[in-house]
Amino acid sequence: MRRLGLRSVAIVYLLAVLLGPLAMVFYRAFENGLQPLWQSLTDPNTIHAFELTLEITAIAVPINTVFGVVCALTIVRQRFPGAGIVNAIVDLPLALSPVVVGLMLFLLYGRTGWFGTWFSDHGMQILFATPAMVIATIFVSLPFVAREVVPTLREIGDEQEQAAHTLGASGWQTFWRVTLPSIRWAVIYGVVLTTARCLGEYGAVAVVSGHIEGKTETATLRVQDYYENFNSTGAYGIAIVLAALSVLVLIAMTLLKPKETA
Amino acid sequence: MNKARKVTLIAAVVAALATAAVAAAGTNLSLVGYSTPKTVMGRIIQAWQQTPDGQGVSFNQSYGASTDQARAVAQGLKADIVFLSTGDDVNLLVDQGLVDAKWNRQSYDGIAADTVVVFAVRDGNPKHIKGWNDLIKPGVQVVTPNPFSSGSAKWNVLAAYGAQRRLGKSDKQATAYVKTLFQHVVSQDTSGRNATNTFLSGKGDVLLTYESEALAARQNGQNIQYVIPRQTMLIELPIAVLKSSPNKDVANKFIRFVKGSTAQDLFGQYGFRPVDKKIAAKYADKFPGRPGIFKIDDKYLGGWRNADKVWFDPSKGRMVKIEQAVGGPSSG
Amino acid sequence: MTTFLSIVVLLPIAALIWTSGKHGWAEFWSTVTAPEAVAALKLTLGAAVVVSAVNAVLGTITAWVLVRDDFPGKSLMNAVIDLPFALPTIVGGLTLLALYGPKSPVGVNIAFTRTAIVLALLFETLPFVVRTVQPVLHELDRETEEAARSLGAREARVFRSIVLPNILPGILSGVALAFARAVGEIGSIVLISGNLPFKTEVAAVFVFNHIQSGDENGAAAVAVVMLGIAFLLLLAIGGLRFLATRHERNA
Repeated sequence: MRRLGLRSVAIVYLLAVLLGPLAMVFYRAFENGLQPLWQSLTDPNTIHAFELTLEITAIAVPINTVFGVVCALTIVRQRFPGAGIVNAIVDLPLALSPVVVGLMLFLLYGRTGWFGTWFSDHGMQILFATPAMVIATIFVSLPFVAREVVPTLREIGDEQEQAAHTLGASGWQTFWRVTLPSIRWAVIYGVVLTTARCLGEYGAVAVVSGHIEGKTETATLRVQDYYENFNSTGAYGIAIVLAALSVLVLIAMTLLKPKETA
Repeated sequence: MNKARKVTLIAAVVAALATAAVAAAGTNLSLVGYSTPKTVMGRIIQAWQQTPDGQGVSFNQSYGASTDQARAVAQGLKADIVFLSTGDDVNLLVDQGLVDAKWNRQSYDGIAADTVVVFAVRDGNPKHIKGWNDLIKPGVQVVTPNPFSSGSAKWNVLAAYGAQRRLGKSDKQATAYVKTLFQHVVSQDTSGRNATNTFLSGKGDVLLTYESEALAARQNGQNIQYVIPRQTMLIELPIAVLKSSPNKDVANKFIRFVKGSTAQDLFGQYGFRPVDKKIAAKYADKFPGRPGIFKIDDKYLGGWRNADKVWFDPSKGRMVKIEQAVGGPSSG
Repeated sequence: MTTFLSIVVLLPIAALIWTSGKHGWAEFWSTVTAPEAVAALKLTLGAAVVVSAVNAVLGTITAWVLVRDDFPGKSLMNAVIDLPFALPTIVGGLTLLALYGPKSPVGVNIAFTRTAIVLALLFETLPFVVRTVQPVLHELDRETEEAARSLGAREARVFRSIVLPNILPGILSGVALAFARAVGEIGSIVLISGNLPFKTEVAAVFVFNHIQSGDENGAAAVAVVMLGIAFLLLLAIGGLRFLATRHERNA
């Protein structure tokens, strides 16, 4: 009886907060029929928004993957004072508001910021253009690969690597042939989480983008644009595309998740 | 350089080249606008692109709260043309050296279109709001944007003050009225458009907004009615070219088009009062006059420079004191 | 790697801390204690506390149901928990607006209220406690529980004396993560809360608005407070992790 009670509490909670609202989004997107939905989704500025999101993700994910693996190797394999601090710094983007990230970039790259007009004097636009958005996205999606690889590296130990070393393998060979295969699934899981974070980024890019239609609007910013311009069909339409992508990410996460939470 | 880093570098180079390629094709104008005219500007741009002057010119557009947008341009937001909602915000750019000080000596004093301050109310006007004194009746909840970030809000404040002065109240009494008005304010969004959305979501009894915005909401199927008070302010919407624009000639051609009959007619269709008198006459029924319409250069307001100093100075302006007194935001 | 980390993370943090402190401590203090800033911080922290408390209870119940119970659809429910992780935050906000906003089919319109903020934060922090408690519950040796039950102890007693102490570190680290997320959240809040200063303006929105209005000092002051809170929470999470593993080592 108590078991049934707890079960109902959990199910009602999830329905009310998670599943019910999600179902409504699909309803709202199709509420006015297919035509307005299709029109909003195929608007050139909307298509550009999707492209921009993918472009930024395609740059941020590889960079953070390489960084994450290198960082994890450094933290776990190399004993140096301050490894704990490095760990905390890498974890910071998880706890920090994306808006604060945007502000920090403003303070660095704005006209009255630390770099002043240096970049614009040299013909480069950072703020209110793609570079600032890429930097922001790299910051907020920084931790995921490192966080997944560190515990795995710790668990598997370095005997195999030492063995390879004594057999004469170079550092690069050891990494590529011994270390990387053993952390493969952790890296892939980390990449999935990083990708999801990049696709869904809003707060930091909202601060630095300038909301230039067709130029610095990502898919998430486009949702806000449509909503604020009385086009709720368009807003919900983009939302379900993003939701569909999230479901794919979710499936990947569920299949690849480290076994203990299965 | 290890393999992964090589791949990343190649990806970055490809991305940079792609962006450069896109940028190189044809002239591109960046238009930075205030929060509400996106639809009409979209149409005007399309119309201009059909003309020989506008052929092959592409546009980047950004819309947001007028003062915030002006500040963003000052911070480096790329712009060839600004279309803001108050001369005050253009002056901000003049003071930064980004817009020529003689911007308002252009045709129509640098103004692209007009509108007026109106009261948007619920269907059927249940609280019977007709004039400024109805706004401060007990229980009436007012929605207006934040005067430190929104152009629309500045117009609302000056219209409220000016209306009282023209009705014979003294400076002190009129200022006290504005304070009482803000005691009735239940929401101060960053922009005029955000305030509209707040009102449409069910908050407040009356929204102080542009006539053009009330019409735009109606055109978009929103259930909104509006009242033009007898004493109201003519909102003059400025358009100006940036001194640093690499495409000044093309930008000026566009601005001339905006003041020409095709664009002015489009303004009329989309709820704005044309500055071109002939076209305005065509829309006389849509845009009723009012005996008490006054402008920013009215003797009680003294132009934007004076109004800005008296009301919107970030430390000594009257709005700072009023907001502090009513517990509202004292900055944007 | 250290160069990358310095350029991407440390340099921006340095710029923020420098900007907030550049006019001296007195100026910083008066900026951060300005009425609007205080209201935003109070609202944010208050909402974060409420949401963390709700998550502590409902998250644990959900984890319990997922680990100890079995019913058709359980694996689907398990997978769905991660959805707020995967979904963009602005879509999260829109999702809640769809059901609980102006055109709500169930007649509940909480747009532009503080309830909306709490709801949005509940949505975004839903997975945290569930996912930190699940593995601990999974690993828990049930012999002690069975022994207690066979000795006649009631379920509540068993839970309170045996299960709870073991899963408490898990609950607390989930709560810390949820709290951190709640303090910094913006995307899901920005559409649904109306961002009304002094009423529904959270710290993140305060910072956002003040950046846009050129008030970098005001924004930086509150942002630095948020940065400090984030660091403290990271320390707490690290500490809990240390305590938990020590607990394992001594068990």
